[in-house]
Amino acid sequence: MIYNIPYLAVVALVLIGLYALLFKRNLIKMVIGVTLIESGVNLFLITLGYRENSIAPIYTGSPGGIMSLPVPQALTLTSIVIGVAVLALMLSLVIHIYRHYGTLDVRKIRRLKE
Amino acid sequence: MSEGMSKIVKTIASAAFPFIMIYGLYVIAHGHLTPGGGFQGGAIVASALAMILVAFGSIWTMGKIKEKQLSLFESLGAISFILLAFLGLGFGTVFFKNFLVDNNFLFGMVPETGSTFANFNTGGVLPLMNFAVGLKVIAGLFAIVLVMAYAIHTKEEKL
Amino acid sequence: MNVPDYFIPLVVALPLLGAFLTPLVSRLSGKARNAFVVIVLGVNGILIGLLASDILTNGIRTYVFGATDLSLPVVRILFEVDAMSVFMALIAAILSFVGVLYSLSFMKEYSGLDKFYTLVLLMTAGMLGMMLTGDLFNFFVFLEITSIASCALIAFWTHKGESVEAAFKYIIISAIGALFILFAIALLYGQYNALNMAVLANSIQYTFLDKIALVILIAALAMKAGLVPMHMWLPDSYGSAPAPVTLILIGTTQASLYGAFRVIFTVYGGVFSDTAFASNVIGAFLVILALATMLIGVIMALRQSNLKRMIAYVAVAEIGYMVLGIGVRLNAALYNEVTQTVVWHPYTTTALQGSILHIMNDALTIGLLFLVAGSIYYATKKISVDQLGGLARKMKYTTVFFVIGLLAAAGMPPLNGFVSKLLIYESTYQLNPIIAIVAILASIMILAVFVKVFHAIFLGPEQESLKTVKEVPKPMLIAMGVIVCIILFFGLFPEFVITNIVEPATTAILNHTQYIGAVLGGV
Repeated sequence: MIYNIPYLAVVALVLIGLYALLFKRNLIKMVIGVTLIESGVNLFLITLGYRENSIAPIYTGSPGGIMSLPVPQALTLTSIVIGVAVLALMLSLVIHIYRHYGTLDVRKIRRLKE
Repeated sequence: MSEGMSKIVKTIASAAFPFIMIYGLYVIAHGHLTPGGGFQGGAIVASALAMILVAFGSIWTMGKIKEKQLSLFESLGAISFILLAFLGLGFGTVFFKNFLVDNNFLFGMVPETGSTFANFNTGGVLPLMNFAVGLKVIAGLFAIVLVMAYAIHTKEEKL
Repeated sequence: MNVPDYFIPLVVALPLLGAFLTPLVSRLSGKARNAFVVIVLGVNGILIGLLASDILTNGIRTYVFGATDLSLPVVRILFEVDAMSVFMALIAAILSFVGVLYSLSFMKEYSGLDKFYTLVLLMTAGMLGMMLTGDLFNFFVFLEITSIASCALIAFWTHKGESVEAAFKYIIISAIGALFILFAIALLYGQYNALNMAVLANSIQYTFLDKIALVILIAALAMKAGLVPMHMWLPDSYGSAPAPVTLILIGTTQASLYGAFRVIFTVYGGVFSDTAFASNVIGAFLVILALATMLIGVIMALRQSNLKRMIAYVAVAEIGYMVLGIGVRLNAALYNEVTQTVVWHPYTTTALQGSILHIMNDALTIGLLFLVAGSIYYATKKISVDQLGGLARKMKYTTVFFVIGLLAAAGMPPLNGFVSKLLIYESTYQLNPIIAIVAILASIMILAVFVKVFHAIFLGPEQESLKTVKEVPKPMLIAMGVIVCIILFFGLFPEFVITNIVEPATTAILNHTQYIGAVLGGV
């Protein structure tokens, strides 16, 4: 049962991120929601690679024993890098939007209607 | 953010900056032996540079480092990465082939499998790719933070 | 003819190298950078053409990165190219080359052009990587590269508020979609310890987690392709971006639709050949969504007064035609008790051929209409239909191009839209007549929308404010002329196109055992 706690944390993070994205009005809070969803998916990827009583998958001076899978760690690293790039892009766009519209309320930034 | 912080902060930041930078370069260089590599070490060095930016203010930092030099470093890092991939095609026969394994010149030793002691001379083309990616990440992340800080400063001036 | 093996990654690596070299080349001069970008994309197009002629005659090919042979278990990234991948790569080659040719004179007076061309080359590399890869996580990485580069290009005109707002909506929706695709890939990886599409297709059983992964993948990829009710970002992004950027954006949305093809027919191909119930249900859903897309697209297009947003809504409606073929193919599956397999009627293959041909036709047609809208904006600096009128006297070539694009979008006989739409009509009629009736109705309404717009913009008396309008410069006319030549060729020689390009693509996408055999080698 204790090994299911990371998966519960993943579900909690994704749900909180979706709540922040859908129900908050400030643009920065929407960006934080996207970051929370990304953290949840990264945690899910890492947790898939765990084996019981395993050590870190490094050969340099390892004490021996089964190792946890290294491939999900590489996938998570790629996902973190992509998340950094997307976050930088979203925040630059928020700076531009604030310069044009003067407000960060998503209900007032609606020049493109219909 | 546009002006710097007090003199105490500036002194401590400039004293701590070389240590963080050396630690970050250590993480980049030993990416094939210990956890780390290009992106992780590059993020550490970029954090040190961001600390300098916060301590000294964006106007001073923008005066010292132009954006064009950072763009040049970033392009150099990216071009060297993809040239290493093309060299795998030239010397070997496939893209991204590790053509430096098992030679006596540079990073060429092959260690035995299993638990060993760390030897820096191994890995083939991987440490070179780590350096290229690390250079690109340092330049790229610091350029993002610098331009954002400078953009906020110009916005305050316009209002 | 046999091309060397390394052409396959060279098609993706060459625009990538060009993208990294462009900031250095543009320090020399602007003209050197323009020539460099055109040469890179031209050489890339020739490479894709040679690769296409090889794959269409010789069959499927794979390329493994980092080792000369592929040893089991499959752990390396590999590119696997069959006839469907090379069909999409041809579309990408045409669109990117014409887009850069058009932007040589369209974007001439704006600053920051070195970043523009770097991002265009990055977007092309990402698009081609999405179409050629044989590995699911590699597909996700190229999808993110493409969406980040295209978001930066949509927000290129930062002095206008609408572009930045459209780009923000696009990146939020695109990032959420890509994160859920990563979630589904993690679900599949956790069960089977494999990321390769062929290995997954070989070892997939239809457990409960697989069903969740399939639904998430189809929903997220359809969201990136612009299916209703997830189409909200498409009119904003297509309407606020510069015209050559929109042209290459069409290629990226169709690359996401190609991803949906690949997931449904190859990765889950064995599942849909064993059970008919799953195939029927998913097919019914896709048919209903496709019909809703067609209707909502044309109805919203009638209300617009901005020319580019109107063409964007028609583009949403055309996506419905492409998904209709997938839905009909999946829905018309019958379980044959005697041979214990699922059989399909032959009309479903015709529906799939119509959809695949419609992918290329729609890219050319809607692309031509967007280029004409960009020409009108370049010449008059106005984009609203209410303020334009009587332009046919001054801009003769643009008028002719708009008429050809209009007739091709509505499906008139000697042009290319007629071929694909006729294939879709006559095959979906046999499943359920209502589907064909709705499709024909949508085509008629597209014709009505565009004839009204044509009359309002080009015919009529001359306006006072438009007296100094001239014809657009030569590179833009040449770019539009290239697309018109391809449209006329496809319309006048449809059998050549269908037997040589579309039929191998359809047989390749439906043949998942051949796809698995190319990697696992008959194991």
